[in-house]
Amino acid sequence: MAENYLPILVIFVLAAGFAFVSLIITHLVGPRVTNAVKMMPYESGVDQVGKTRIRFSIRFFLIALLFIIFDIEIVFLYPWAVVFKDFLSAGSFIFFEMVVFLAILAFGFIYVWRNGALEWE
Amino acid sequence: MVDIVFWIIVGITIGSAFMVVQSKSLLYSAYALLFTFVGVTGLYVFLWADFLAVVQIVVYVGGILVLIIFGIMLTNKITSVNISHASVQKGIGGVVVLGIIGVLGYMVFITPWNQLAATEPEQTSATIGRLLMMDYLLPFEVASLLLLGALIAATTLSRKEN
Repeated sequence: MAENYLPILVIFVLAAGFAFVSLIITHLVGPRVTNAVKMMPYESGVDQVGKTRIRFSIRFFLIALLFIIFDIEIVFLYPWAVVFKDFLSAGSFIFFEMVVFLAILAFGFIYVWRNGALEWE
Repeated sequence: MVDIVFWIIVGITIGSAFMVVQSKSLLYSAYALLFTFVGVTGLYVFLWADFLAVVQIVVYVGGILVLIIFGIMLTNKITSVNISHASVQKGIGGVVVLGIIGVLGYMVFITPWNQLAATEPEQTSATIGRLLMMDYLLPFEVASLLLLGALIAATTLSRKEN
């Protein structure tokens, strides 16, 4: 079974290798021209506005929390999707099992939306 | 070949776990934790726990770690350049760690381990899916209610902060 994961391992090695090789090559062959303007910090091509190290809005944390909850929803979807075809021959019950599950969470999503938690004022 | 990969993964896991506790910068610790989580995923794969491996990637690497990094960025002291955490009482900590290692090692050697024939277990995802859809259907649907509660709680808590 461990051999079944070989493609994933190859992707991991390729991704890590690409990152390292790119870093090393740019370090070796990239020209290094430094002057005052070039060393100046900038944001999206314009001059810096304010400090770099600011405290982030609590909104980021809320979005991350909401993301984890829907992440866990996907964890439940995964074993369901694996057995979906086997169960489908015995009727569409398995489909509605997941519809109920998703409907409850969709209700939560609408609640969050209506409460303005996704607004970014 | 498989053995080599296993030991590389073990090395990544333990090495990065050491970086997590050793690094002076909290943010570096968080990023080292990423490698620990990925390494643990590899160990799950070697334990034939394919579902747990997926959960580890999706929830821990994708979710919990982002939460931890946001948590660090949300803290007050980000405005000062080095958010660091000092290791205190290394001596006592070392004694405690050695004691725990001793107890665990002793347990490993005195436990009569069950030796099973090396047969390949079937994929766990399908079994878990079958059980969730038949025997544990009610807990499965109740889990969505639990997640709904978490959604509402997160919204309410963050609103009080503002």
